[in-house]
Amino acid sequence: MTSSPARARRVTPIPIGILAAIAVALLGIPLIGLVLRTPWSRLPDILTSPVATEALRLSLLCSVAATAIAIVLGIPLAWVLARAKVPGVPVVRALVTLPLVLPPVVGGVALLIAFGRRGLVGQYLYDWFGVQLPFSTAGVIIAEAFVAMPFLVITVEGALRSADPRFEEAAATLGASRWHILRRVTLPLIAPAIVAGAVLAWARALGEFGATITFAGNLPGVTQTMPLAVYAALDTDREVAFALSMILLAVSLAVLIALRDRYLRRGAS
Amino acid sequence: MSLAARIAMERPDFTVDITLDAADGEVVGLLGPNGSGKSTTLRCLAGLESPRSGNIIISGTVVEDSSGGIDLAPAQRSVGYVFQDYLLFPHLTVLDNVAFGPRARGVAKRDAEAAAQTWLERFEIADLADRKPGQLSGGQAQRVALARALVTDPDLLLLDEPLAALDAGTRASVRSVLRRHLSGVRGAVVLVTHDPLDAMVLADRVVVLEQGQVVQVGTPADVARRPASTYVAQLVGVNLLRGEAQDGLVSVGDAVVAVGDRRIAGPVIVAIRPEAISVHHQRPEGSARNTWPGRITSLEARGDLVRVEVDSVPPLAAIVTPGAVAELALHEGAEVWLSVKAVDLDVYPA
Repeated sequence: MTSSPARARRVTPIPIGILAAIAVALLGIPLIGLVLRTPWSRLPDILTSPVATEALRLSLLCSVAATAIAIVLGIPLAWVLARAKVPGVPVVRALVTLPLVLPPVVGGVALLIAFGRRGLVGQYLYDWFGVQLPFSTAGVIIAEAFVAMPFLVITVEGALRSADPRFEEAAATLGASRWHILRRVTLPLIAPAIVAGAVLAWARALGEFGATITFAGNLPGVTQTMPLAVYAALDTDREVAFALSMILLAVSLAVLIALRDRYLRRGAS
Repeated sequence: MSLAARIAMERPDFTVDITLDAADGEVVGLLGPNGSGKSTTLRCLAGLESPRSGNIIISGTVVEDSSGGIDLAPAQRSVGYVFQDYLLFPHLTVLDNVAFGPRARGVAKRDAEAAAQTWLERFEIADLADRKPGQLSGGQAQRVALARALVTDPDLLLLDEPLAALDAGTRASVRSVLRRHLSGVRGAVVLVTHDPLDAMVLADRVVVLEQGQVVQVGTPADVARRPASTYVAQLVGVNLLRGEAQDGLVSVGDAVVAVGDRRIAGPVIVAIRPEAISVHHQRPEGSARNTWPGRITSLEARGDLVRVEVDSVPPLAAIVTPGAVAELALHEGAEVWLSVKAVDLDVYPA
């Protein structure tokens, strides 16, 4: 998209300006408030406290693991959605993108039904392998992967769709096997989308609350990730909640800056 | 014969059915308008598409035989392919692009890069080795694409509209460089183009396709002088008339054209080079056997000359100098007479 060389004279109608200002206030004031109320002097103490370090460690571990799952399973799924000529693909796409809009707590309930100790799959996991996902760290990872994977899938699928398939034809005429083409041509061509999808998925996993607390509970050191620790701290020490929130805000800001070329470039489509 | 192929295929509005062969070192130009089945043919040769029926033999290897159920994948054919927009891998350097083929075939990295380097030097682009395709000019990208296709020493090299992606200013020079490079290729070369000039300059033999059928095969000079299709005639600027010949006369619709050759009979094509047609104010007297009255419908500069189209029966185009335009005061709508000597006509069986 190009901007016109001559700047057009634009006047913002007053009602629109007022409503826009209210919107900015609605979105901006809470964030400014968070920065203002963050106990900066206590920050080092709070962040080194056992509750915070445990929550930080769990959050990092679970979000990275969930992102890894999303990459390993999500790229093949995106490939199938973009390329496979089998009936039912639209239904599968609708199914896998549903977690994007599903209330996370519903996701948590659904996960309990599937993987709970008496769940559809969970009962066999427990009876045969003694595996119990709910209220475990693994459960947190499952919950985060559940909500985060769709971000990666739709990003990568879009890239696969818009990638020129003739590059793969060119590689084929040069003698490349399908596996060689996938590794040396297809995946490198969509690498930027994979990175963007992974960052989005990781950010979503990091902030995950509803599905986690429903499916995995809120056990410090086991399932209490940062957002859950913030929620818990609101009842005990508000300044701890503010401090941990500040950390999450900083991470979100960093993600936004990292992806600015993709989502923030003005008028980019 | 390095390439022997017959390809039949259904397209939405016509059927492709062509026979094609090429010797080692021969450049065959597949010439035809857009949508005549040229690219489909090329894709079938490379194995990117499968013909409905047909057989393709490349250097003695049957790569396609619909009756025998043989349809080798592109990677299993000894074929190099230069795509219309070159399709250099944007994430790889020039060197890695050229080394891609050997690498894909299991050659060690060092050896593949050495082979790539050799080809870059041969095409005088070794200094571009570390660039990404986005930093290349059209002519450079074409040479890289050619090197990439040739580094695996294919028995058959295919080029799809090799000059179409270039702007008019660079086409001529790239065309002559490409000609030099193609003349050194060991295997057979099939190039597809809709531009007769490309075919004339680059090909040893031209195969003209229309609606999926071969309408003419010949040397470039032959095809230019005696086009068998309206498409080629229009592009090379030749007037093409179809008619019935008898006793040195050819009836073309309502008109009769006198030709030099009294022996030819039956359906013929009469080709009249526009340079052979004279333009007059009055009915010419003299040795010219063919004269036609008409009104000028257009005057169009063609390089240093002017192309004059006249709505005579049949409609004809002449080429004259700007001096003649001034002297005869030619303008659109002017009434003129055209003349051409019977010996200046080319008559051949349709």
